[in-house]
Amino acid sequence: MPLPILATNNWYDFRDLSNFSRLILENLDKILPHGIVYVVAVLLGFVASFLIFVLPSQLIVGVYGERKLIGRIQSRYGPNRVGPFGLLQPIADAVKLMQKESLMPLRGDVIVMNIAPLIFVAPCVLLFAVIPFGPRMIIGNIPSALIYFIAVSGLPVLAAFMAGWGSDNKYSLFGAMRIVAMSISYEVPLVLALLGVVLFTGTLSLQGMVFWQRDLNIWIAFAQPLSFAIYFIAVGAELNRTPTDIAEAESEIVAGYLTEYSGMKWGLFYGMDIGYALAASAFAATVFLGGWSFFGLDKWVPPWLIIVTKTQLFYMIFIWTRGTLPRLRVDQLMAFAWKFMLPIAIANLFVLATERMMWVRAFDADLKFVWVFVPINLLFTAGVVFAWARFLGYRPENTPRKARLVNQAGGFIPLGGAKGETRP
Amino acid sequence: MTSTIKTEPFVINIGPQHPSTHGVFRIKATVDGERVIDAEMVMGYLHRSMEKLAEERTYTQNIPFTDRTDYLSSMSNNLGYCLAVEKLAGIGVPDRGNAIRVIMAEFQRLASHCMAVGAFTNDTGAWQTPVMWAFREREKILDLFEMTCGARLTCNYMRIGGVAFDLPKEFMPGARKLVQSLPGFIDEMEGLLVENEIFLVRTRKVGVLSPEMAINASLSGPVLRGCGVAWDIRKADPYCGYEQYDFDIPIGYQGDSFDRFIVRLEEMRQSVRIIEQALDALPGGPHSTQVPLALRPPRGEAYGRVEGPRGELGYYIVSDEGPSPYRFHIRPPSFINLSALKEMTVGGSVADAVVVLGSIDIVVGEIDR
Repeated sequence: MPLPILATNNWYDFRDLSNFSRLILENLDKILPHGIVYVVAVLLGFVASFLIFVLPSQLIVGVYGERKLIGRIQSRYGPNRVGPFGLLQPIADAVKLMQKESLMPLRGDVIVMNIAPLIFVAPCVLLFAVIPFGPRMIIGNIPSALIYFIAVSGLPVLAAFMAGWGSDNKYSLFGAMRIVAMSISYEVPLVLALLGVVLFTGTLSLQGMVFWQRDLNIWIAFAQPLSFAIYFIAVGAELNRTPTDIAEAESEIVAGYLTEYSGMKWGLFYGMDIGYALAASAFAATVFLGGWSFFGLDKWVPPWLIIVTKTQLFYMIFIWTRGTLPRLRVDQLMAFAWKFMLPIAIANLFVLATERMMWVRAFDADLKFVWVFVPINLLFTAGVVFAWARFLGYRPENTPRKARLVNQAGGFIPLGGAKGETRP
Repeated sequence: MTSTIKTEPFVINIGPQHPSTHGVFRIKATVDGERVIDAEMVMGYLHRSMEKLAEERTYTQNIPFTDRTDYLSSMSNNLGYCLAVEKLAGIGVPDRGNAIRVIMAEFQRLASHCMAVGAFTNDTGAWQTPVMWAFREREKILDLFEMTCGARLTCNYMRIGGVAFDLPKEFMPGARKLVQSLPGFIDEMEGLLVENEIFLVRTRKVGVLSPEMAINASLSGPVLRGCGVAWDIRKADPYCGYEQYDFDIPIGYQGDSFDRFIVRLEEMRQSVRIIEQALDALPGGPHSTQVPLALRPPRGEAYGRVEGPRGELGYYIVSDEGPSPYRFHIRPPSFINLSALKEMTVGGSVADAVVVLGSIDIVVGEIDR
């Protein structure tokens, strides 16, 4: 099958970076004993994907961009001292963190507390193995990539709980309990939302999903808007981003499970928090936003540039919500997950399964008829949002949102008013 | 018979070093899971024995001390103290001095409420954005203070018998420009937060206080007005000629954290109204009367009170005809408003306790003095 891109197999064709690595590996295969090259390939893939995609975007967009954008939202400058436009600020931060003393609480569990950052880092690197950066640029093109991704992205919760437990701090324990409760609650609607995507695409492979969206010229975010919305909210809760950052709620429980960490151990948690957010953004860009394809543009622009751009733009939404929204309380978040998100996710799955059935029975599984379901799903999503706003969601009491005004000092003035009271 | 998981209450210290205690203040909260079942306030970490120190200094030397109690509203503190001494010594203040005092006190109320509103939203978890917006406006007010008296935070501007300096000539255009821009900022803040569902769900029905409880606990300021009690010293016991200005008392509906927040926002609008009227009707003449530096008021006692940004701020002074007060006592609104904290926090969660503490708007320098 010819590749659906213009990229050639020449090593200097930067539209497909796998050309270069293939050149290296083929030559290595000639000199190394048989089989070794597979190990080298995996290592090379991890190192390359980490060095080319993850680290720069983590430093430039994750740290610098986030601080700069939040600064602009808060009508201040953000970092502008170190280097040109403050661009070296992330490096200065890292150097500072490495120099800092890493304190241990006297009665903390030393082993658990020291292992936790490592357990937190490893899955983040593994997550990028299944993200396709181009038609051939993928480290592990495994058929069940979706399940792999969900499974591995559940691991950092363990590390967070270990951190909270080993710290021997009540605030840390609060944060640990909160993050475990929250990720159990939000993983359910998240998986149900992704199940809807699998129903449409008929594959668990992320590369297969990208090809599906590319062939039909439609993003799943448009075909299944409700799945996309559920995924966005649930993954925001999993990643501890505002408005659901209750595990690290600074104003309530100081820093949650990170309270007792300092130095580079804290830095690993902080950096990998951004890493997980980028991984989730890359996953969302792949599953819902067309991955490395962009309506034919991927023939001219390097595909890896497209998915990196999509990832960063998706990450910007996280930064935006962080700069704008207050935080929900833990019981409200749980109630939202179980009482609203879960029923809606099941209803969404039911609608999508019915559509899939109709598709197979009535249209003979012709992929072109996916366009019939787009308006239906859009209407369904609009209906759910409307119902949330009017009936299902939080309805404030009918007391107005402006204070009453009275002109005379006196005692208690009951509702309904007294002499001199004016309602704005 | 169903068996339930056995839980055990434990104590956590919210403070004295905690991001949301607004200083070195400590709540010893007994929690059952996330629910607070008992709360005990521990204070005194910032005690500087101001009341005793004041007995060793002359009446004029005490004015800078009052700056340091409630460091977010030094103008109001100065004003309350000067009113008490003037009452004790029977000193009159010229009209221009009174008008300048009103302008400064209302600007200080605006600056303090900017801080209160911003810090409160920070406690609900809006990560610093409203705080920075509020600080942007507060800076402009502090610029006016700096222009007038040379200091931004601890102003030391009021004097017994008037104010320290007359207004500089660039003050009026600056103040008018600021007064015109401030309502826009208040609307912006209201648009960001009051329509926000997350903010509503976090603050509505949180820390509800009944009006009877509020009156019995002798609360004052926005905490009292949030319960629906129309009480404002500026209306009930006017000073500095507040009776000539036209303004309203904003009051809340059910005494929850959200009501305290909207009362503060509305109070900022009323302050802008007062400043506009005061700037328009600013009389000429001297800004202060001549008062001897070594003031020896006649034997007796006096209580001067003002409506500070946090509530009734009172100064009780006893004179024995000496150059310094025989007894000096401050009625700090934060301290007394805090006495209802236990009633408001018990039953809520830890997150609610933080929101309630932010809605009371404490300044620890004033609580511990």
